[in-house]
Amino acid sequence: MLPLLAIPTGDVPVTFDRDVRPILSDNCFECHGPDTNKRKARLRLDREEGLFAVRDGRPVVAPGSPANSELYARITHADPDSRMPPAEFRHSLDEAELETIRIWIDQGAIYEGHWAWNKPVRPAVPAVADASWVRNPIDAFVLARLDAEGLLPSPTADARTLARRLSVDLTGLPANADQIAAFERGELVEALLASAHYGERMTQHWLDLVRYADTVGYHGDQEWNMWPYRDYVIRAFNENMPFDKFSLEQLGGDLFEEPTMSDKVAAGYNRLNMVTFEGGSQAKEYLLKYAADRVRNFSTIWLGSTVGCAECHDHKFDPYATKDFYRLSAYFADIDEVGVFEGVGAVPPQMSVTSPEEEVELAEFAAAIQSLKIDLERDDPALAQGQASWESKAISEAGDGVRGSAAWLDDAQSNGGTTEGVWSFVGAEDSAPVYSGEHSRKQTGSGIVQHFFHGAKKRAALAEGDLFYTWVHLDPENPPEQLMLQFHVDGTWEHRAVWGADKISFGGVGTDREAHRQLGDLPATGEWVRLEVDPAAVGLGPGRIVDGMAYTQFGGLAHWDEAGVETDTPSLAFTTGSGSVRNAVFATAEARTEEQTQLLRTYYRTISPTLNETRAALGEAEAEKDAFQQTLPVMLETVSVEPREVRVLPRGNWMDESGEVVLPGVPAFLPQGGLDKEGRADRLDLARWAVSDANPLVARAFVNRVWKLLFGEGLARTPDDLGNQGARPTHPDLLDWLSAEFIESGWDVKHLVRTIVSSGTYRQSSLTRSDLVERDPFNELLARQSRWRHDAEFVRDGALAVSGLLATTVGGPSVKPYQPAGHWRELNFPMRTWKQGEADQLYRRSLYTFWCRTFLHPAMDAFDAPSRESSCAKRNRSNTPQQALVLLNDPGFVEAARALAEAPARLSSKQADGEGVQWIWSRALARKARAEELSVALALLQEERIRFQADPEATQALLAVGRRPVPDDLTGAELAAWTQVSRLVLNLHETVTRN
Amino acid sequence: MGTAFPISRRDFLSRAGTCTLTGTLASLLAQSSLAAPEVRDASFGPHHIPKARRVIHLCMAGGPSHLETLDYKPELARRHGEPMPESFTKGQQIAQLQGQPLKCFGPQHPFARYGDSGQSICTLFPRIGAQADKLCIVRSMHTSEINHDPAHTMMNTGSGLSGRPSMGSWSTFELGAKTEDLPGYVVLTSVGKGGQSQPIAARQWSSGFLPGRHQGVHLKSQGEPVHYVSSPDGADLVGQRRLVDAVARLNAAENGRNPDPEIETRLAQYELAYRMQTSVPELVDLSDETEETFELYGTRGADGSYAANCLLARRLAERGVRFIQLYHRGWDHHGGIKRSMEITAKEVDQATGALLEDLDRRGLLEDTIVLWGGEFGRTPMGQGDGRDHHIKGFSVWMAGGGIRGGTSYGATDELGYAASVDPVHVHDLHATMLHLLGLDHMRSTFRFQGRDYRLTDVSGKVIQSWLA
Repeated sequence: MLPLLAIPTGDVPVTFDRDVRPILSDNCFECHGPDTNKRKARLRLDREEGLFAVRDGRPVVAPGSPANSELYARITHADPDSRMPPAEFRHSLDEAELETIRIWIDQGAIYEGHWAWNKPVRPAVPAVADASWVRNPIDAFVLARLDAEGLLPSPTADARTLARRLSVDLTGLPANADQIAAFERGELVEALLASAHYGERMTQHWLDLVRYADTVGYHGDQEWNMWPYRDYVIRAFNENMPFDKFSLEQLGGDLFEEPTMSDKVAAGYNRLNMVTFEGGSQAKEYLLKYAADRVRNFSTIWLGSTVGCAECHDHKFDPYATKDFYRLSAYFADIDEVGVFEGVGAVPPQMSVTSPEEEVELAEFAAAIQSLKIDLERDDPALAQGQASWESKAISEAGDGVRGSAAWLDDAQSNGGTTEGVWSFVGAEDSAPVYSGEHSRKQTGSGIVQHFFHGAKKRAALAEGDLFYTWVHLDPENPPEQLMLQFHVDGTWEHRAVWGADKISFGGVGTDREAHRQLGDLPATGEWVRLEVDPAAVGLGPGRIVDGMAYTQFGGLAHWDEAGVETDTPSLAFTTGSGSVRNAVFATAEARTEEQTQLLRTYYRTISPTLNETRAALGEAEAEKDAFQQTLPVMLETVSVEPREVRVLPRGNWMDESGEVVLPGVPAFLPQGGLDKEGRADRLDLARWAVSDANPLVARAFVNRVWKLLFGEGLARTPDDLGNQGARPTHPDLLDWLSAEFIESGWDVKHLVRTIVSSGTYRQSSLTRSDLVERDPFNELLARQSRWRHDAEFVRDGALAVSGLLATTVGGPSVKPYQPAGHWRELNFPMRTWKQGEADQLYRRSLYTFWCRTFLHPAMDAFDAPSRESSCAKRNRSNTPQQALVLLNDPGFVEAARALAEAPARLSSKQADGEGVQWIWSRALARKARAEELSVALALLQEERIRFQADPEATQALLAVGRRPVPDDLTGAELAAWTQVSRLVLNLHETVTRN
Repeated sequence: MGTAFPISRRDFLSRAGTCTLTGTLASLLAQSSLAAPEVRDASFGPHHIPKARRVIHLCMAGGPSHLETLDYKPELARRHGEPMPESFTKGQQIAQLQGQPLKCFGPQHPFARYGDSGQSICTLFPRIGAQADKLCIVRSMHTSEINHDPAHTMMNTGSGLSGRPSMGSWSTFELGAKTEDLPGYVVLTSVGKGGQSQPIAARQWSSGFLPGRHQGVHLKSQGEPVHYVSSPDGADLVGQRRLVDAVARLNAAENGRNPDPEIETRLAQYELAYRMQTSVPELVDLSDETEETFELYGTRGADGSYAANCLLARRLAERGVRFIQLYHRGWDHHGGIKRSMEITAKEVDQATGALLEDLDRRGLLEDTIVLWGGEFGRTPMGQGDGRDHHIKGFSVWMAGGGIRGGTSYGATDELGYAASVDPVHVHDLHATMLHLLGLDHMRSTFRFQGRDYRLTDVSGKVIQSWLA
């Protein structure tokens, strides 16, 4: 609400949407609003029909007559027991509010819908007194309001201020002298919009909304790879992708008929929610947490609404029913995921991200592999003969009563399975113990460490009497506390055997069952021992096909070697199909099924000596392809599967299955658009609806957020809530005009930005005016621009830019600049340390800094960067001592100051110190130092020069902060003293403030 | 980081959103370094005369078993090894024991009566037991979240969803803190050896949608105590002082040309930052502690232990910090609970007892609430020789300001499964704690996304019989 209108006078018309509904929403809707379960007296004041209903012969609202209106009678009732709202509600109407309602009724009680739920129609541009101030229609809307208030806009800011404002608003970086010159030539806006940094800046904001991060968020907060999505967003903004297309690709790019790699990367949006690896979590509960989070995220971004409130009950203020919430969540029920992720591996499903060139290369690999496979599969009488003699030999071997070991894994991982974890083959050259062949596998670490394979092409087909074995050697000095073997069958790892202390959390600590079989103490250390597991002990038996094995230990150092199956028939222990080779060999010719015949034919081709060369060539080709694939970035993939059933959950309780089953659908009170397609609607339908005429909110929500980027506050000051409890726009017609303009321009984001920054309103000075301090303390009338402290990222980027350290590479994996030691100490599963980056990685834009949700980089945190656990449309903007500590003491800022000091330190030996100060000022602030600034800076320089000259140790210590080498010619007190002057300028309020 | 500093009234215009403050009033507020008034003044300060001025929350992270700490169940011992009656467990949520046979698992350590009040406490905790007459033991806690991460979030913010302010942030937001040069909300952590050291997320001390200065500041008892609190090598305090003075002069000059309350705030914050650079090292410098004190706590400090953190907690309390939270990560005893309890109890018992004694003899306990407990309890059913997570019934204790010592409240059923007498939800604990701090939990609200949020969400009641 505008403070200017707080006390109605009767002269100004009271309007329902602006003046009356907010009062009713705040004070009445909780019991007389959208929530069907909490509605009292069947009275509903959030709807026109309820307001004007006649009850017991009396109208709730009688237009023109407060005296005959039951509503007015009840809110002004003399008896406190009859007065509304009731005392226990702890809300009460003050005089101004009562008077507002009285005047509204008196003036005829004209009803209006909520401003945000009407379709935005382009309003007429108002006439203004002084058309010369109007640079574009934005200014007419703003000036008309100022005219009405009897206020003048502020003068246009000077070129330096405007260039700096434009540069930081559009790219997040400070302007330099060239950019001020470009501004004076009228070229700056286009140059900035064309700069790759524009996309980075817009992406920073978008990532807050979609809660992009580099870790999973819950509990162990494990790392994942999502950065290709971040790079997609940068590209989309830089290429000025229309916002409707941008929306479609993110919500449903994977569902396009022929999705490109870029579409699939964009659809990674659907996997950005937090997930858990915490043992003991119930999958169903977490799947529902994920689903609810997606609804909240979608509704913040595309509806500017708090639909999330309807998870447990109908929304208290806005007409979102609980059913709407679950219908929205049903759109996302097709996303392939599990509720609780296991192990320490990646979050599946994952995909490799390829460029078109890489696609071609992959196709070439595939073609080469295919032709070798055809060769392997060829019909050949010699092969048939070889197979027959192999079969008869195998049968005779089985009868000899001698057991033998069939190795599955020895000097290399060659069974065709996918490997995960660290496979560290070591041998004599490493002075490592080896049991068989040339190599063993060294595994060490603190806490849980493991390496494993699954999806082996050569699988163990269990027969009666088979035993699993694995050779292991425990370091006598540093033995693990526990060992675990796991077997992968039918896509799960639920078959485990453990030895030693109960430390590893998988499978249920403390239990003794097939998924966690306790086989006693750890074996002896310092020697090779053979771990044996009877398949029956872990719930496996004859006929089961095992395609993977995991070697896990808790802490310590162990070497792992040959693993396999001990059996009566070593040459028949493995299979390449889904049946047992052994059974197929023993089946008589007539009993042998077609599958068995095929299996033997295929299997023999994997061992036939005739095919040795072909197989070797195939192995090589596949290895090459794998090696190539290893170089490709991976990320979480959005894969659509059969949708999970979605029910309305009473009170949001995930254990309550009594609610009705719902299908995807958009909020019932909003226009449904063209959503009447046959069959189940999908995410793409949701996206199409979201950017269609039917959704009145999307353009307003987007435009409002862009306005906020350029003015510090949205036209509606609650960008995450455009509902009844949100702030009404200060300039509703302007918001609608811009929304219509945005849609009609083809959702052209750069056009929107350009339009706003070209306005006279944007270009005003941001200085406070004495006449505005009282009249408009929150700058809601826009009689001036605003000033605010730069966002966390831009505070650091600015220091890097002015010091010349900034690395301007766009995109790529997230990087790790300086971070205080021990900041990640409370993380576990696994324990981690921040591995500081090298070279340019220390100087990349902060958009690329690794984003750990549970332990955000402390400097980013200090400057109010959000954790990205949930959507953030509005960052806090605090002003704290922590911020001062970061700017003063973070080695990154000290190093930037040193880099900035190099030029003046070089200069000062020959020229006046004043020139050096001016150089620093012009770099950092794009202006000359004023007389007082000059004298303060020179005094600091001189004092510190004397101190450093007398204290070489302190000098060297200061110069050693940061990885940037000190230039050979600048090792002394001069550079240290100038570094202090640079620190002065980097710590100034003006340096970190957008003006 | 972000911090909670004394100027809580500076927030009052942003009670309904995150508007940037402008205008002359703001500049006055920005300069105020006073703590909250005795009773509520405008939107801030206590609603009624407070009984307590600060809180020390000893969070036993991981979920200590109530059955081996504060809730003795002889019937469970008798039924050890028998199947858990289905009437207890049917349809109830469980964590890692999903799909496994549920068997009674008797208490693994004996209990004894302590103090004049004869409170029943496990014998693993003799030093806490020695303070029994100060404790109000609550044996009927229950919570809504069964996994560590959301359960901590519930215990701190009243909701399992992330994004809401923690109780420490609410406290400083409402009340400020009587400290000139330390944060109002400080968090310390330690890692135990007796259980899986479950991670703890910084969101547990987040200010959520409240202004960033109310976020808890993580203080380390080893290494640099607070991030960025040390001057860069070679700049040392002389150079740093010169620099901060120069920054102040130029910012003040800028404010003279273009007055802006944000500049005034920044001037004040630089001064505070500089003071922290000396006050924080002074805080963690234990050289002024006596030998007797070191012996009492069982630490000489600077070792990252829980005991060292207890000693720091007392020093923080002395310095006016409003909310002090210690996390000891060592209570997740899924297996080997008998031995693990011995280890973890030993890590906390002496220092916890010492803290109570030390606060008391210094006259601090009378207006300090000490809360000891985990994010949930553990199952009376065995998980091998350990116990699984349990939310239907668990125990905590409180002591100090306004708390009726030497009393017990509530009970679980005969097997220690569910809170059956006077159940206390986390919301009730919060409501009572706020009450002791002088705050009406129903009136301590903040509007965010159109809704008035409070620590107690939509419930919570003050438990009168805990009050002295």
